Amino acid sequence: MLAYVIKRILYAIPVILVVNLITFLLYFKLNSPDDMARLQLGNKHVTTAAIQDWKKEHGYDKPIFYNFHASALHHLTDTLFFEKSLKMLVFDFGQSDANRNISNDLKMRMGPSLAIALPSFILGIIVNVSVALSMVLFRETWIERSMVLLCLIIMSISTLFYIIFGQFIVAKWWHWVPLSGYSPGWSQFKFVILPILIAIISSLGADARWYRAIFLEEANKEYVQLAKAKGLSSMQILLHHVLPNGALPILTGVVVLIPSLFLGSLLLESFFGIPGLGSYTMDAILQQDFAIVRVMVYLGTVLYILGLILTDLAYTYADPRIRLE
Amino acid sequence: MIHWMFLASDLLFYLLLLFVFFYLIFVYQHDHLQKIWKSIFTQPAAKVSFCIVLFYITIALLDSMHFIVLKDRFGFKADPYTARSVLDLSLMPLPVINEETYSAPFSKHLYQKEWMPTKTGTMQNLFIPLKHTPHIMGTNKIGQDVFYIAIKSIRTGVLLGALTTLLMLPFAIIAAIPAGYFGGWIDDLVQFVYITLSSIPGVLLIAASILAMQIYVEAHPNWFLTNTVRADIRLLTLCAILGLTSWTTLCRIIRAETLKLRESDFVLAARAMGKGSMGIMLRHILPNISHLVLITVVLDFSALVMAEAVLTYIGVGVDPNMYSWGNMIAAARLELAREPVVWWPLMSAFVLMFIFILAINLFADGVRKGFSPRER
Repeated sequence: MLAYVIKRILYAIPVILVVNLITFLLYFKLNSPDDMARLQLGNKHVTTAAIQDWKKEHGYDKPIFYNFHASALHHLTDTLFFEKSLKMLVFDFGQSDANRNISNDLKMRMGPSLAIALPSFILGIIVNVSVALSMVLFRETWIERSMVLLCLIIMSISTLFYIIFGQFIVAKWWHWVPLSGYSPGWSQFKFVILPILIAIISSLGADARWYRAIFLEEANKEYVQLAKAKGLSSMQILLHHVLPNGALPILTGVVVLIPSLFLGSLLLESFFGIPGLGSYTMDAILQQDFAIVRVMVYLGTVLYILGLILTDLAYTYADPRIRLE
Repeated sequence: MIHWMFLASDLLFYLLLLFVFFYLIFVYQHDHLQKIWKSIFTQPAAKVSFCIVLFYITIALLDSMHFIVLKDRFGFKADPYTARSVLDLSLMPLPVINEETYSAPFSKHLYQKEWMPTKTGTMQNLFIPLKHTPHIMGTNKIGQDVFYIAIKSIRTGVLLGALTTLLMLPFAIIAAIPAGYFGGWIDDLVQFVYITLSSIPGVLLIAASILAMQIYVEAHPNWFLTNTVRADIRLLTLCAILGLTSWTTLCRIIRAETLKLRESDFVLAARAMGKGSMGIMLRHILPNISHLVLITVVLDFSALVMAEAVLTYIGVGVDPNMYSWGNMIAAARLELAREPVVWWPLMSAFVLMFIFILAINLFADGVRKGFSPRER
């Protein structure tokens, strides 16, 4: 087991390195630091001196890969690639283009992101599983058909509309919750309840349909026939046989998402003014703060790969027939 | 006098329709495919949704036939910098009508009263009548007909979905089938590429690429003369990047299926008869994964149309001056904050998008049922 985990981590290293290189090329080769400076200083009528000053101030005034002017080892280390890209590998994120300490920001903003992402993830699974199970329970009746159609309708509406309509109706018309904002501690409940509800509803259609397919496959197996022949009620079969067996593929399917929960949701957080990592990323995109965007790309990649490794482990834990070499 | 003009995206869209036409001929020549498609179209839901999708695609096609008006003609003023389309022609006079500002659906006057001098010289607060009635979905802030804008947005949504598919499909098939069939280092390489690509957060990759493209366009202003051409290049860039990010799902599905098919009897038989790998992949594996490709592509299509709205809203999607549902929604955020509320642009975008995506999803369901009857 340990050997396998180490092997997977070793396998992940080239992926992370390549992603690191791709983002570096995207942000430093395709857009040169001069372009960035011009964007930050306002596109038109920028003097060369101002650009040089900005680059110097933010540490962008170094050569890209190889520094001919530095001494000894600093040939390679006193470069943009080392300073801006390789240092990220050891989670040294440095300063944002607006001179904020990125690591501090990340620590501060992780909490609010999780306050929305974690409840919507867990409650979402519970709701989706219940809906999927009831579709299997009522299969081949009008109840199932209308539920399937309803799921299709729900998944045909863009998340944007759930957010806009939800915020408008619940917060602006009914005044049930504040329009947007956040406060730490228990009082955050009234701020996060609406985003959580919206996150659950907008994922309901697609996920419930997927779970339904899994449960249906399970319900058509022979052991279910046997249970029926034994005289168990449909409810008992569903809860004691279909649910535990169907839960395995569902759980192993959602494990990959768990690490990424830290990053929060771009749309929800920016609409509801939650000071999490999602709105942080969104602001960085809008203000074109590339230092932050590069860090988020890196973090996103690392967390996704972590999710893949966890998925493999979950598989072996859940299904002893699968052995890891 | 008019001058026909072809944007790059127009030509690619024609190319895609040509491929669809070839597929139809292919289906016509093969009995088992004909039978499956006939069974798909016996489902009422699939029939209705197909008609809706066809309607949207037709509008997108009409809106992809562009021309420039060089001398006043058909009610258009001469303007060498604005591309008009056949759709504009059929919607006349909506494209050239401009009211002052907001007006509600079917209203005869502007949304809010304005102070106007009367004949006697005093000021009077009254509703200013519209130049053209009715606007069935009202007008927007700069007085354009909202129905016209919503209809024009169809092309953006359809093309984004269609061209992304066109760009990613060959790559997915060419990479995934050999990966599954040969295994070994080819498989390792393909797997490495798609794990790497799928691990980069899509939105951020798109943001970086769109920005890079904008800077490139700024640096070469002579190549991209009109705003229409710039918007078009941006649309194509977006399609390419979305293709790059959504390519991985399809690749994974095809690879897994090829792995299964490789061990199937008919492939083993073909190999025993001395058929080459190339021939087996083309004649035996490709036809047997085509239904999976079709189902995935149709399902992806609706996801892409929705992605357009979200990405454009965030500011990394299509050009802000392009007619698109994302831009309509982005504008609506301020409109909903107004007092009294301006709701009709958002509602129009919502209704047109919802009908389209629901139709695609229903059709995708129908196709899936047709190709794998066991799944119900």
